[in-house]
Amino acid sequence: MAQTKSKKIPLTGDQAVATAMKQIDPDVVAAYPITPQTEIVMYFSNYVANGQVSTELIPVESEHSAMSACVGASAAGARTMTATSANGLALMWEIVYIAASLRLPIVMPVVNRALSGPINIHCDHSDTMGARDSGWLQIYCESGQEVYENTILAVRIAEHKDILLPVMVCQDGFITSHAVEGIQLLDDKKVKEFVGEYKPAHSLLDVEHPVTYGPLDLQDYYFEHKRQQSEAMKGALKILPELFNEFEKTFGSKYDFIDTYKLEDADIAIIALSSTAGTSRGVIDELRAQGIKAGLLRPRVFRPFPREKILDALKNIKAVAVLDRAESFSAEGGPLYTEIKAALYDSNIKPLAVNYIYGLGGRDIFPDDIESVFSDLSGILKNNKVSNPINYLGSRE
Amino acid sequence: MSMVEVAWHGRGGQGAKTASQFLGEAALDIGKYIQAFPEYGPERAGAPMKAYTRISDDPIYVHSSVKNPDVVIVIDPTLLGAVDVVEGLKDGGVLLVNTEKSPDDIRRKVGLKKGKVGTVDATKIALETLKIPMPNMPMLGAFLKVNNIVSIDEVSEIVKAKFLKKLGEEKTKANIEGIKRAYNELKIG
Repeated sequence: MAQTKSKKIPLTGDQAVATAMKQIDPDVVAAYPITPQTEIVMYFSNYVANGQVSTELIPVESEHSAMSACVGASAAGARTMTATSANGLALMWEIVYIAASLRLPIVMPVVNRALSGPINIHCDHSDTMGARDSGWLQIYCESGQEVYENTILAVRIAEHKDILLPVMVCQDGFITSHAVEGIQLLDDKKVKEFVGEYKPAHSLLDVEHPVTYGPLDLQDYYFEHKRQQSEAMKGALKILPELFNEFEKTFGSKYDFIDTYKLEDADIAIIALSSTAGTSRGVIDELRAQGIKAGLLRPRVFRPFPREKILDALKNIKAVAVLDRAESFSAEGGPLYTEIKAALYDSNIKPLAVNYIYGLGGRDIFPDDIESVFSDLSGILKNNKVSNPINYLGSRE
Repeated sequence: MSMVEVAWHGRGGQGAKTASQFLGEAALDIGKYIQAFPEYGPERAGAPMKAYTRISDDPIYVHSSVKNPDVVIVIDPTLLGAVDVVEGLKDGGVLLVNTEKSPDDIRRKVGLKKGKVGTVDATKIALETLKIPMPNMPMLGAFLKVNNIVSIDEVSEIVKAKFLKKLGEEKTKANIEGIKRAYNELKIG
């Protein structure tokens, strides 16, 4: 059925994020304005130049400096954002950890692209999967609409007084970042009200309440500070549902830690992040029409890892394929697979589990590929055995 | 579910990406669900490139490139022979080529035995209407002739809305004229 009225506007995923940033109107955006940066910062700098936002835009000389400037600005009490991708994120590395350890609520949209080498600019999740242990929350988005709305939601998550951790909002490079789709924009005023005025809890500039950021912290207290970070991340699991609810009440869109499709009564399922989940939906419809009970689980929040939600979603699944768009070179499969398996270990849920590493460097993933995975799963279920736990989907042998 | 998938073939700088988006935007404006995206390689002016448009009455979830297009549009005829433009074309699909040659000639050249072939000299139309060799909008007109998911009137309205401010009245009219001429002059065989 066609939409009754056309309120959507055509935007790429990058434009959608830049629009979200315009509506958020952060105090400071520090970014490295050329490759490997994305168009997000290009569009946003237009808003700055046109006076459509009051943001102080700091164009820096490298991504390392971009995150360093963000750390300074955020510690000073400014609502701070940046955006990055691929090798840009890799160059930020040192400061990415520092931002999290200083509990700075920086929001960073990340366009997922491959890390060099060999040199490649296309989609995979190597960049943010590498940063999965940096102490940032990570949200993986399937579509332009989702990345737009979650950029706005991320501000509230990061700044929540009992979280105070930075957030990466991830989308698939080129696949959604450069694809035009119809995006339903949220009302400017409502977004402004939703994000609210930022009142930093511990500002360096608040001389009445002096604080220290980033001092030497050796054997005496470093461990306790890391422990606090860990507790904050665990605590986010309890707080996020409140914010999901508030977002839904305000804007109508329902988000959760995970998203599922026809999973409830499924025998076999695929677990995949971001846009690949979308490609799987049509395949599931076709298989269902043939009487095959196929389903999908899409983790949206990867950090913190929503163990309970995932286990509950998998409770009736007999065989599951975990699709990883990143290789961790552990010789034990991709990062999503190992975490899913770890979550299953101390539960009563024991589906047969198999891993597919796919789509590295932008190798396209077609419905046929997804179908072949489901076909493998049917075989695994029939034989009640996984012969090859780690597979490479779409790679030449 | 009815979905139309279009593959555009051009060379960097010829407006294939723009045309793919324009078709999508026109369809979005009348309430369809759309996707429009280019296939990015090492971009440079003159290099062969592809772009895609998906239009559907239902939400579009698939995010892979278009493997089996309903319509293939070749903006630059020098790509024929260099690129297998009809690879994956659906059985009842349509190949549209910007060329002064006849549909029969093109069918022989690409070795296509199925579907339909449409030809129109879009570069000539662009030169006569817009005064520049930019055949992308006329090729959009050719598409409208063979697929009615969006009507030529709806597209003309969008062109007006989009271009009037940016390009002025004269160029807007020339664009619409280019679309209409290609729509009328398309030869199908």
